[in-house]
Amino acid sequence: MRKPVIIGVGLTPVGEHWRLGLRDLAVEALLNAMEDAGIDKVDSLYVGNMASGSFVEQENLGALIADWAGLGNIPAVKVEAACASGGAAVQEGVKAVMSGLEDVVAVVGVEKMTDAWPSDATRYLAYAADAEWELFHGVSFVALNALAMRLYMKEYGYTEEDLALFAVNAHTNGAKNSYAMFKKPITVETVMKSSYVADPIKLFDASPIADGAAAVIITTEEKAKEFVDKAKIVEVAGMGRAIDTINLANRREFLFLKAAKVAAERAYKMAGISVGDIDFFEVHDAFTIMAALSLESIGAVERGKGAMLAKEGQIAIDGDYPIQTLGGLKARGHPVGATGVYQTVEAVWQLRGEAPNQVPNAEIGLTQNIGGTGSNITVTILRRV
Amino acid sequence: MGRPMQVSRYWRHFKEKYRLIGGKCKNCGHVHFPKRPICPECGSQEIEDFQFSGKGKVVSWTIVRNPPSGYEYYKPYPIALVELEEGPVVLTQLTDVDPEEIYFGMEVEMVTRKVREFEEDGIILYGYKFRPPIK
Repeated sequence: MRKPVIIGVGLTPVGEHWRLGLRDLAVEALLNAMEDAGIDKVDSLYVGNMASGSFVEQENLGALIADWAGLGNIPAVKVEAACASGGAAVQEGVKAVMSGLEDVVAVVGVEKMTDAWPSDATRYLAYAADAEWELFHGVSFVALNALAMRLYMKEYGYTEEDLALFAVNAHTNGAKNSYAMFKKPITVETVMKSSYVADPIKLFDASPIADGAAAVIITTEEKAKEFVDKAKIVEVAGMGRAIDTINLANRREFLFLKAAKVAAERAYKMAGISVGDIDFFEVHDAFTIMAALSLESIGAVERGKGAMLAKEGQIAIDGDYPIQTLGGLKARGHPVGATGVYQTVEAVWQLRGEAPNQVPNAEIGLTQNIGGTGSNITVTILRRV
Repeated sequence: MGRPMQVSRYWRHFKEKYRLIGGKCKNCGHVHFPKRPICPECGSQEIEDFQFSGKGKVVSWTIVRNPPSGYEYYKPYPIALVELEEGPVVLTQLTDVDPEEIYFGMEVEMVTRKVREFEEDGIILYGYKFRPPIK
């Protein structure tokens, strides 16, 4: 099997890009990644995107972006797995390279969300839930996560303040990231004073609606040497993904992300590592509760102890389990279909030693990208070459 | 957002949504809601209709303060996971209750209520909600 590596990354700052459209964002990130990799053509393009049809009335993103980036008559498709679209697109790109069918593949994740009214954006995001059995009843995505957060606090005896620590950590790290949407540290009080969106989730427990695009260039280890120095090469060592029931109510357990466990186990096996070998984690903290559940479900810590890691300060850069090293979804921002690719770019920075908030001697990093309420999850392991 | 031409899409679910009819596996006896073509327990495709009692208790709940567009009418409204006495859990709005009065394990029963209106000449969606039982 050919060893897949990432040789180039590019991105746009996450934010409210009133003057830029979806295609502008995607093309900018893509061309930045190609420049970083020292290439001017690719064999194919995979676009991670969740809901461009709803947000900006644009589908067929493969053709749109490849066309406008001047990539010629290559194969190009959109990959959709709700908020895990970016992670899934990266994995599709890796599969294409591993299979031997394509040698140099571009992946771009993009979402343009701020052109929609907030209540419409709330509805489009809820399309990732079960339309007939969840959205039908007027549930928002925040509300689904709130059901889990309330249960988690009751089951394990945590408070809203405890979970707020995940947001505080994300903002502390995001403050160092010039591409992050929020570059200002916050306190637990900031979170507690923010208004309820769906109790007990408050505004500062939730990631923001945002625009952005991120891209990576994937090739084989052998081919990589033609384009870049060894220091720029990062291996995609393992990956896995899995689904769970789309309807939260149909889950056997509400406080465990089975899909994350299955995906992580596949990724660990492929990489030949165990969770203890991982130096940092970019987990999907769309909501503070999801950071806690993610750490538990991928096996970093036992059930009920995710929030304890935050209380003990272990999720900070100098802790034993650094997470959201560049701000995570909470502070970097969460342009849904692009998020998984942003996570990948940030992990590459860490492994190249280029991160503004560097985890010392980072050799192995994990990205975990959640679609739906834990219904579609990708886990990818990246390793310094 | 008016989409009155979606009428037929909802007809398929009247039975389930008005009367809380789910599925029961003829092979292993597992009951589930909503009814699926394949038993989530044993994989059998022999599934028959199953009428739930409509009694259950609250597993968790939240108050939706920023609803998706089209659901502003009842805002803020409580949404809950309700465990039916036969086992399955359903996601539902709670009705006829003060949000401050909801608690873990609260007993509730199913009622049929209006869920959503599609503008003045659009269709009206009805379905189950749950409320504290009338004693």
